[in-house]
Amino acid sequence: MVDKIKSSMSEALEPIKDGDTILVGGFGLIGAPLTLIEELTKKDVKNLTIVSNNLGESGKGLGILLNQNKIKKAIGSYFTSNRDVGEKYQNGELELQLLPQGTLAEAIRAGGAGIGGFYTKTAVGTDLAIGKEQREIDGEVYVLEKPIKGNVALIRAHKADRLGNLVYYKTARNFNALMATAADYVVVEVDEIVDGGGLDPEEIATSHLFVDAIVKAEMILTKEGVVAR
Amino acid sequence: MITNAKNGIQHMIARRVASAIPSLSIVNLGIGIPTLVAQYIDDPKIYFHTENGLLGVTDVGEEDIDPNLVNAGKIPVGQAIGASFFNSADSFAMIRGGHVDVAILGALQVDATGVIANWAVPGKNIIGVGGAMDLLVGAKKVIVTMTHTAKDGSSKLVEKCTYPITSTRQVDMIVTELAVFEVIEGKLHLVELMPGATLEEVRKNTEAHFIESL
Repeated sequence: MVDKIKSSMSEALEPIKDGDTILVGGFGLIGAPLTLIEELTKKDVKNLTIVSNNLGESGKGLGILLNQNKIKKAIGSYFTSNRDVGEKYQNGELELQLLPQGTLAEAIRAGGAGIGGFYTKTAVGTDLAIGKEQREIDGEVYVLEKPIKGNVALIRAHKADRLGNLVYYKTARNFNALMATAADYVVVEVDEIVDGGGLDPEEIATSHLFVDAIVKAEMILTKEGVVAR
Repeated sequence: MITNAKNGIQHMIARRVASAIPSLSIVNLGIGIPTLVAQYIDDPKIYFHTENGLLGVTDVGEEDIDPNLVNAGKIPVGQAIGASFFNSADSFAMIRGGHVDVAILGALQVDATGVIANWAVPGKNIIGVGGAMDLLVGAKKVIVTMTHTAKDGSSKLVEKCTYPITSTRQVDMIVTELAVFEVIEGKLHLVELMPGATLEEVRKNTEAHFIESL
């Protein structure tokens, strides 16, 4: 049986190279692959494009990567939670692409599903529609949004079997299940790894064909904050 | 317990909005005053949706806090009987697809036609929008909660928004500490004075043209 478990974090992140687009799951720190992000901060890479709802918080999660100047561009919906983002953007050290949260989610879904773009009513008539193609469909105006794909996705799930089938936990699912579908190489960190057959096929939210590598989470979000397991 | 005037105003607004939510509604609450609305709703047939992936939001006690169970403001919440979790694309399909009955949002400005601005301030970096634009195009009914005036005393009900608008869609109802307005055929109607407020106060603090329909 296929076994995608990686024994080390560095092995799991080995394929990441300069200039890659990396999709990173999570809504703030909730459902973020904290262990993989930590490992990425130790890796010598630059000019990354990060697709994530937020860029962590100041000095936390993706915020560390930002402060290391490894990020060239960020695509997300809410960067206000990390004050360093505005500062770097203002200084011309960081490119930003801001998308409505639903458009971000749907663009990643489209990227993973082989869809070449989609029309949405969201943002029509606002500053976020500037420069985008508009089209009237059945009497309503829509804006064209392009799909988003990554070279790599770093995601967080609750449980994996050795094949890479995934089960999520509560609101930690958020963008993770979408990002699993939209990158060439997908690494997941989980709380628990079980043998094939150990997950109920009815509860599997991400099928194994999307997943390339599995690691055990070492950084856990608790009531008291992020702690090492 | 209400400990200061600002807090008291917020709770008064939240209580008024709560009374406008019909039974069997699916409701999405924005950050700030909208979050307080849930405290004043005890109808078990009203279900709360949060865009980060939960239908069936409830309050949670300190001892039951789960760091991976939060609302859109990243505040810990509980899950109701019959709750479900879903990914962000499915969550916004619910919103954009017209399956959410009521969205309750904060605003920086509301104009005389009911168009709102609530995501960006001119002169500051425009770096956050979240789900506001999706909720405005998708929710069947949109209720705005806000203080009537800004910190500098200027009216938040303006003739035309000077801040970047969130959508061309007009909201349905606006509740402040002074008044309740409804938007009918693109015009603001003053339909109710809040407890303790006078018509004179509303006139003085409202820049936008409105119709008195008390």
